[in-house]
Amino acid sequence: MGAVLSELETVLSVKGITKRFGPLVANDAISFSLERGKVLALLGENGAGKTTLMNIVFGHYMADEGDIEIFGKPLRANNPAEAISHGVGMVHQHFTLADNLTVLENITLGTEPLWRLKRDTGAARARIQKLANEFGLKVEADTQVKDLSVGEKQRVEILKALYRGAKILILDEPTAVLTPQEADQLFATLKDMLSKGLSVIFISHKLGEVMAIADNIAVLRHGKLVANFPVSEASREIIAEKMVGEAVEKPERVKMKAGDVLLSIDGVSTSEGGQALLKNISLSLRRQEIIGIAGVSGNGQGALSDLLAGLVTPDQGTFSMKGEVLSTFRPFNMIGHGIGRVPEDRHVEGAVGEFSVEENLILEEYNNRRFSKFGWLNMTAITQHAKELIKAFDIRGAAPGTMIRSLSGGNMQKVILARALENNPDVILANQPTRGLDVGAATFVHEQLFKARARGAGVILISEDLEELLSLSDKVVVMYHGMCSQPLDADEVTQQQIGLLMSGEGFGRGEAHHAA
Amino acid sequence: MQLEPRQHTPLWMTLSAPIIAVAIVLLLSGGLIMWAGAPLFESYVALFVGAFGSKFAIAETLVRATPLILTGLAAAVAFRAKLWNIGGEGQLYAGALAVTYFGTGLIELPPALMIPFLFVVGAVAGGLLLLVPALLKTRLKVDEVVTTLLLNFVMLLLANYLLFGPWKDPMAMGWPQGAPVLEEGILPNLVAKTRLHAGLIFSVVMATVIWLVMNKTKWGLEIRAVGHNPEAARFAGIPINKTIIRTAFISGGLAACAGVTEVAGTKEYLTLDISPGFGYTGIAVAMLAGLNPLGVIVAALFFAGIYNGADSMSRTMDVSNYIADVITAGSLLMVMLAVMLTRMRIRFRA
Amino acid sequence: MEFFDMFLNIGFWAATIRMATPLIFGTLGELICERAGVLNLGIEGIMTTGAMVAWMWVYQGGDLWTAVLVAAAFGMLFGLLHSVFSVYMGLSQHVTGIGITMLATALTYYSFRMMLPGVTTPPKIVPFENYAVPLLSDIPVMGEALFTQSPLTYLAFILVGVVAYVLYRTPAGLAVRMVGENPMAVEVQGIDVYRVRMAAVMIGSGFMAVGGAFLTISVFDAFYFDMINGRGWICIALVIFASWRPGKALLGAMLFAAFDAIQIRVQQSSSTLIPYQFYLMMPYVFSILALIVMSRKAAYPKALLVPFRRGQR
Repeated sequence: MGAVLSELETVLSVKGITKRFGPLVANDAISFSLERGKVLALLGENGAGKTTLMNIVFGHYMADEGDIEIFGKPLRANNPAEAISHGVGMVHQHFTLADNLTVLENITLGTEPLWRLKRDTGAARARIQKLANEFGLKVEADTQVKDLSVGEKQRVEILKALYRGAKILILDEPTAVLTPQEADQLFATLKDMLSKGLSVIFISHKLGEVMAIADNIAVLRHGKLVANFPVSEASREIIAEKMVGEAVEKPERVKMKAGDVLLSIDGVSTSEGGQALLKNISLSLRRQEIIGIAGVSGNGQGALSDLLAGLVTPDQGTFSMKGEVLSTFRPFNMIGHGIGRVPEDRHVEGAVGEFSVEENLILEEYNNRRFSKFGWLNMTAITQHAKELIKAFDIRGAAPGTMIRSLSGGNMQKVILARALENNPDVILANQPTRGLDVGAATFVHEQLFKARARGAGVILISEDLEELLSLSDKVVVMYHGMCSQPLDADEVTQQQIGLLMSGEGFGRGEAHHAA
Repeated sequence: MQLEPRQHTPLWMTLSAPIIAVAIVLLLSGGLIMWAGAPLFESYVALFVGAFGSKFAIAETLVRATPLILTGLAAAVAFRAKLWNIGGEGQLYAGALAVTYFGTGLIELPPALMIPFLFVVGAVAGGLLLLVPALLKTRLKVDEVVTTLLLNFVMLLLANYLLFGPWKDPMAMGWPQGAPVLEEGILPNLVAKTRLHAGLIFSVVMATVIWLVMNKTKWGLEIRAVGHNPEAARFAGIPINKTIIRTAFISGGLAACAGVTEVAGTKEYLTLDISPGFGYTGIAVAMLAGLNPLGVIVAALFFAGIYNGADSMSRTMDVSNYIADVITAGSLLMVMLAVMLTRMRIRFRA
Repeated sequence: MEFFDMFLNIGFWAATIRMATPLIFGTLGELICERAGVLNLGIEGIMTTGAMVAWMWVYQGGDLWTAVLVAAAFGMLFGLLHSVFSVYMGLSQHVTGIGITMLATALTYYSFRMMLPGVTTPPKIVPFENYAVPLLSDIPVMGEALFTQSPLTYLAFILVGVVAYVLYRTPAGLAVRMVGENPMAVEVQGIDVYRVRMAAVMIGSGFMAVGGAFLTISVFDAFYFDMINGRGWICIALVIFASWRPGKALLGAMLFAAFDAIQIRVQQSSSTLIPYQFYLMMPYVFSILALIVMSRKAAYPKALLVPFRRGQR
């Protein structure tokens, strides 16, 4: 009897948590609880309030209303240190590590009082080793974080939490940057922790893995908790519906016969500062074809995107568009040859935040005679141009003169999409086009890509969301260490096959092999 | 304490923020006046009268504002591109040296050509000077703040050498000054019995031109894009390095024109103290103007008035005229703060 | 061979170490600020203030060591002002720094004129006497050069070690370094990023002010306008040259001071072939060259100049 009781011990109890940011209610009277040794998956689309809720539990924010009890003790302060002392640890979606410092330094930061005259590195090392052995998280304490792989970095993040005695671990989209195999390894580690009495909250939007690992599923929508049930009662359809609030109407890929070759990359290598980025890659894109580029981030997708965008010049190999071999690699040339480009991060490379919508829309073509003569800008034409695109792409909350920074993520992305697609380019580079967008905006983006494909364009889609990739693409190419695999048929390939390729199986040293 | 973006900034706030900031600084300077033991109210009056209180005072303020408009424009243009040109002072001297070299007898042209010619050589000299740190920035990633600053010292020493040495005017009875600028090169006087010269017209015209360039031309678009978000600019195909170099040339050229107006207009020959820090004050002018070229005119007038008023105040009230520098520096900081507060609101949390 | 004789001259080495002292203080101070992610362009003004305030304190009858503390206090005050603007309000570090330099210099000159009106020749005080370290200073040649220096010089050298120790071996130093690399990582530990940065900027500014004070109460004995003469800016270049490491900062300061000492001696000994102004340009040109050499590979603290807003997710 005693053993059963301790299994059902409530380690975290959240009651009526409400959090507002100005007029926006990010969390609305949310209540749930977590038992020891269980995994609670927190689902919801972008903007549903999951991260806000967890930030409250972790002490970053103070809730406006409601109570939190951790191991029976109330959590009051607006400070992560408080949450940490209660036994809560959080692994954030974007790693909070200092690249230029060592693993040891990153883990021990903040664990010793600042007035101490000496850091106790000996004891720290021993403790880290012990934890590493106990939970199977191998790390080298003196390596600089910048030399670690993504999976290793995540291990450091988990160790950070464990080092501080975390008994409840919150993981925010932990598998976003992992290969399927690494994700499996993570789950194994988590299962091990659970058996040792830890409890886990897992934020994700990947329904598949959630079904695999969670004990209970909580769904947030527009700040409200709309569902909370054990995984045994759940199905993908029910969850998806709860997340969006209605039956999800996803655009279907219609099988089309691929046409002429639009883009041909042959034996291209690029490098930066002596470091090889793309190694002898070959890729060809046809009309009415979407090629999805899969791979763990950092394996050359960025370099491929830079190549297509016209930001780097190849060291060797040929790059031809519609039969014409390119010799100049500048954004201007690529656009001129018919490549429409959607960059990876709309804030970093996509839009100039302080510029208006109309200015952003002509950022690539202000030299066009339509918009400027002898350097003088034709503001009337520019504004008109913006008006047309706002209508055509249903960009909400925007007038031509609105500062683009004040638009929502989805609408900002629409502006960038409009700019990339307005001249009906033959080739479209879409790099993480739906990152950070809610389902509605993401669906819009997918529709646009399908539309382009239907009118004869070819799309190169880079996405870390494997589900999105597989549902949109005709063919899949996996990148690993700057190399490209042979294209695989998206309808036939399995997640496992892709996963293996993503971890390097089947790649020689500089040659792309056909995966079995 | 936390900063949150405001939902909406009312127009009255945007317009009044710099004014309120400056008013606060003037008030705080009252403390310094009191410390000097001078009567507070009378001192403020002396300050105002010295700045704008008579035809002569206004003329002097305008004379002083002329170079400040130009160095203010120089800083404003550069800062828009996030090119931290702190070398306005050195570029001013470059312009002054160019005028002395070309305008004191080397070349003779009729006034209609001579004056533009002097401005051109001056601007080229300043542009070339700033080009060095700019190229170091684009090619070798050397931070331009320190390089532009250090070049100021170099230029001052160069001017020192030239004025005490080969360019010393033998007719000047031992004073270190350059030969006088030729008649044809002197900027014509605007108001009789004052020092006000056509340099003012040049400055105001330049401010207008720069405003048009920054807001209505593609070059201005490029400069602003590079300053706000170089990554996005690069992605869109805007040539970053070319834009920075172009900005440097414009900025350096503008600051150098201040040297031209001073040597060919105000003093009519080069002296060591041709600039009491106009280059540095230009930075405050630009910030007070919110980097707006037309606003630079107003800000320059303000600071010119302060300096003039402080000179007058120091004569009548025995308050050191360094108070003008205090007001300038204080305004720079205060305005930056005030403008930020129009966009963000402070929240205090328990 | 006259040129190389210079290096055998005790006076040369003594001068080098002496001239390196303000640079050591200034570079260490700036290094601390930048390690925490804050570029402190107020250094030139803060050094000016430190110089004047320390001198004035002694002139008004105070003792030398208290003057050092007073200078440091004023430095810290401007550091506080800087961090309110640049850290708490998140305003441009470039403009804030320039504003602080302008303000500190202006206030310094104004105060000096207020307290000593109508003075044409700056009055003098009795500066620090060189302290001969017992035993060590008796070593022939080197002893006299190295160990008969101002107490402030010894302080500077000791501080190099202290700063290095604190940065690398104490939890506080780790926090400072982290804040300059990834402030978010520090915030999630519940440490107040703003406070750490403010502390670093204040302490760094205190160092800078002492560097300025050294000039008036140890090397010279009076306060002149434009006394600092760009040394502050040179320290900024030296920080990059030193790759943000205290040990290399000491090396850089010494190297630079040596070049400066060479320049002075060559200027004095040579005939009037090259005008003296060109010699005076050398320090600034050296600094620019040092920057050119080091900038391309410089490993800036990752969060330097990157604005950090608390609570931004």
